[in-house]
Amino acid sequence: MKKLILSTALSAMMALSPALAETPVHGGNMIVTYKDDVATLDPAIGYDWQNWSMIKSVFDGLMDYEPGTTTLRPGLAESYEISEDGLSYTFKLRPGVKFHNGREMTAEDVVWSINRVVNPATQSPGQGFFAMIEGFDASSVDGSPLTGVSAPDAGTVVFKLSRPDATFLHVMALNFSYVVPKEAVEAAGADFGKQPVGTGAFKLAEWTLGQRLVFEKNADYWIPGVPYLDSFTVEVGQEPVVALLRAQNGEVDVPGDGIPPAKFTEVMGDPAQAANVVEGGQLHTGYITMNVTAAPFDKVEVRRAVNMAINKDRIIQVINGRAVPANQPLPPSMPGYTKDYAGYPYDVEGAKALLAEAGLADGFETEIYVMNTDPNPRIAQAIQQDLKAIGITANIRSLAQANVIEAGGAGQAPMIWSGGMAWIADFPDPSNFYGPILGCGGAVEGGWNWSKYCNAELDALAAKADSTVDPAKAEERLKLWSDTYMGVMEDAPWAPVFNEQRYTMKSPRMGGADALYVDPVSIPVNYDYVYIKE
Amino acid sequence: MAAYILRRLVTAALILLGVSFITFVLLYVLPADPVRQIAGRSATPETVESIRRQLGLDQPLVVQYGNYLWNLLQGDLGRSYLQKTEVATLITARLPATLLLMVAAIFCELVIGLTLGVIAALYRGRALDNVLMLSSFVTVSAPQFVVALLLLYVFSVQLGWFPIGGYGTFSHLVLPAVTLGILGSGWYARIMRSSMLDVLRADFIRTARAKGLGRGRIILGHAIPNAILPVIAMIGIDIGMFMSGIVVVESVFGWPGIGQLAWQAIQRVDIPIIMGVTLISALAIVIGNLIADLISPLIDPRIKLH
Amino acid sequence: MSVAAPTSPEPGTQPGPQPDPQQAGPISAAPSVLRRLLSRKLALFGLFIILICVGGAVFARWLAPFDPAEQFFDGLTIEGSPMPPGPVYWFGTDLLGRDLLSRLLYGAQTSLIIGIVANGAALLIGTLVGVTAGYFRGLIGAGLMRFTDLMMAFPALLLAICLAAIFQPSLWIVAMVIACVNWVQTARVVYTQTSSLAERDFIAAEKTLGAGHGRILFRHILPHLMPTLIVWGTLGISTTVLLEATLSFLGVGVQPPTPSWGNIIFENQTWFQAAPWLVFIPGAVILLLALAFNLVGDALRDILDPTQQGRD
Repeated sequence: MKKLILSTALSAMMALSPALAETPVHGGNMIVTYKDDVATLDPAIGYDWQNWSMIKSVFDGLMDYEPGTTTLRPGLAESYEISEDGLSYTFKLRPGVKFHNGREMTAEDVVWSINRVVNPATQSPGQGFFAMIEGFDASSVDGSPLTGVSAPDAGTVVFKLSRPDATFLHVMALNFSYVVPKEAVEAAGADFGKQPVGTGAFKLAEWTLGQRLVFEKNADYWIPGVPYLDSFTVEVGQEPVVALLRAQNGEVDVPGDGIPPAKFTEVMGDPAQAANVVEGGQLHTGYITMNVTAAPFDKVEVRRAVNMAINKDRIIQVINGRAVPANQPLPPSMPGYTKDYAGYPYDVEGAKALLAEAGLADGFETEIYVMNTDPNPRIAQAIQQDLKAIGITANIRSLAQANVIEAGGAGQAPMIWSGGMAWIADFPDPSNFYGPILGCGGAVEGGWNWSKYCNAELDALAAKADSTVDPAKAEERLKLWSDTYMGVMEDAPWAPVFNEQRYTMKSPRMGGADALYVDPVSIPVNYDYVYIKE
Repeated sequence: MAAYILRRLVTAALILLGVSFITFVLLYVLPADPVRQIAGRSATPETVESIRRQLGLDQPLVVQYGNYLWNLLQGDLGRSYLQKTEVATLITARLPATLLLMVAAIFCELVIGLTLGVIAALYRGRALDNVLMLSSFVTVSAPQFVVALLLLYVFSVQLGWFPIGGYGTFSHLVLPAVTLGILGSGWYARIMRSSMLDVLRADFIRTARAKGLGRGRIILGHAIPNAILPVIAMIGIDIGMFMSGIVVVESVFGWPGIGQLAWQAIQRVDIPIIMGVTLISALAIVIGNLIADLISPLIDPRIKLH
Repeated sequence: MSVAAPTSPEPGTQPGPQPDPQQAGPISAAPSVLRRLLSRKLALFGLFIILICVGGAVFARWLAPFDPAEQFFDGLTIEGSPMPPGPVYWFGTDLLGRDLLSRLLYGAQTSLIIGIVANGAALLIGTLVGVTAGYFRGLIGAGLMRFTDLMMAFPALLLAICLAAIFQPSLWIVAMVIACVNWVQTARVVYTQTSSLAERDFIAAEKTLGAGHGRILFRHILPHLMPTLIVWGTLGISTTVLLEATLSFLGVGVQPPTPSWGNIIFENQTWFQAAPWLVFIPGAVILLLALAFNLVGDALRDILDPTQQGRD
């Protein structure tokens, strides 16, 4: 039995956080804008990149991340224990944590919240993340309580798993596992997403539909001194170009959609403005899928040829250099990334030779599907030109997001450029890039594995990696993942193209470490830890 | 008259029924699965099927449509698939902004368009006429996004006369309304001009002139009222164009109208919202055309209502 | 409130030289119409521009300095910005480093079909429906107008999205969608005007004199509709060319990298400050084409309109 007592002294914990690099100031209201409306703040439902970080500020889970990093730390749990076989997790709850409605959070709430997400009536897009919990198969269909979650006393929650799973703690840090008060959910019904009640650093003070959301500081927050802001206002329905104009005018602190391509060169060319831009990596990979179940992409030579035909530097130039070339599915900042892998070289002649080897020396005609928002059609056209150089005529089908996803799921699309729908990790663990998008489980009708790639050996390797729970064997586990992705690259169902870099603009008055503005789990900013300097 | 209105209201109901049916069928055949959008990328096939069952999307088309109509008759537009909120709540939150902008925009279009049209007709063939007609083509050929952003840039960012987008006060309304007014004025200017020319050469104008009436009185008292008929029909049409072409101006000016709601719903196949917005805008268009048809005989008594 | 409508303006009884129906009828007198058209400077200018556009479209293969789809390495700056107009790329390059002039020339092929054929078809359908409903009335007329109302209230963009997802995108589908959607407004306007005209005294007088429907329609109704049709037809060129871009964006129309004037503007509109040539040059081209048709249309109306003999 190994017991891990995680730091209970909050001050010690916070000293590690980069937010404290300078002395933070309390007070003020930060203004953030988005083009798209916020759909919901229900942690069981919300799955857009905009509401993801807002939900993180209103609710908490048993686990959390160090601000600005991908390092797990305890959240509502004070400590946890993992059994020797990796099948049982016991969480001790932090005492005295209160919901925004004043009631104290208990272990029953945790159990109820997990059951709620798994219950099919909730229609949670996160349901599948909990499949490792005992009783999931029954509960996810009939809505009965999970046998694998229990609350022996008000301060303890015990999870029993049906298989060891190294990602379980990350799942406990996922929005879907956040704790909600039963009475508030039942009172609001389906409207809970518009009237959220959580334990988080901020509570929702005002929501004017289609216009703005105002989040107010939770004075009773269980981390003393956090958050720093008195409030933050999210204004929706704003064109990114206009949001940038407002930011330049000092009306907006963070334009949430980033710097639009048309303005990027202008902003970065002006030292005064460039000083307000924070650059960072993100857990994202842009890739081309090739349907391995249908000719001509059923031949590995053809898929490798495509990998060699793509001029990634040019594509990155087209998007103003806002990415780094990718040679494997995992982004560089993800644990398990294979640093010494060179990837397929950009080699037009070599690609042609491979096509000839596959008996397609004269090339062929195919289709590439792409989501119709800029810059994706542009990137697809750059890919199209690269493919033309090796004799492949790829006709572009530029469609709305839902149509591309449908075509990919149905296996109708020979090639898809993933941009706009691309995989941004749910949690910073290499397993997140495999299951639904490269594993056999996703290669079904309607699944997100658009290559329909299914390699049983790699699936076994992935399963082995995920059952390696012992923290002492973490390196071994990452090696297994690295091997899995190298196996994927050998079969080349994807042509990875680039990893997007984030460029967040902030107003000069905003303070806090740069890492908070390119936080890998709270996009675009970590609301809880940023502050206003004046 | 009452009988006519009643008859038109019945046909209006039939039109709405028709619109709802066609939209429903289109969304049904659309190769994009709303359940996939709800279930997310990690969902198992069982989850997908379970959600499909709960939403009744596994039922045959006729049953689904029947259910929708039945709820609609009880005033229930359903709940958004992705937001889980009542569609009626979402629409009522945004409808006032849309209607306000529509009225203000049509007012601007009329003021700009009719003025230019009348002036152009009076100066027919001269330089001023040519300049005005050229400008009407410029406004019609100009992309909305560029015009909206240009005005915003000049009047809000550079001159600081108006806020940079937003909603709430009169000064927020000015720029979006003027943008739409400028963009739509070309149509009214051209229609008014040709209608004025048609009227100006009519006998009764000659008669009026022969009787010695002043030029101003002839134009304001006789020519314009008689020339305005095609403009009235245009307003009815304009509402339709307005409902489908508003989203760009809304997002540039951060105007919380239903255009953005609809646009996002279409991207994500949120069927209840798409249906709701379609029905509301169809209602606006039908009412707009009915009003245009009712006003026409008041202006030109020779038109009879049939 | 009712506005007095004094004596009816009656086109047929205007003083001045009456054209001989045999000579001035719109159909029988085509050569003479053309001759008179050519004698007007403005109309000639309009025809000239139309010819240039058509010529550019037809001979794009030989006229274009570059392949419109080729993304040139030196067509972008190191930071990935497009090149302004210069000695190599006369009209500058676009966001992928392609030659804008070549794209405009090839784009004319798409945009002329949309602006002229699809828009023309919409105008024709709209006129037929509007005149039928406004002049003949009856059950068919009422039915047609209610159908028009239905179409007007119908979400056209949704239809486009469905078609895009179901069919292979093509120019002809987008042309069809535009024709199907755009006739509605014309029909409404024509209907209102026709029903007003049909009630006037001179039409009744013609009828009592035993004039056939054909004569009334062609000699009295249509000439009065001409100004409206010219307005709708010429302004429609601009709007349909831009509408095509919206539909292409939704996946119905020509797909990238095939250029059209509308999609050149659409792809680049957020760049209008950083790279104004990408928006203003194609915008000016669309404007010129619409204007040219307007000049020709105005002249045609003056020539054909029996009440306008000898005037400008």
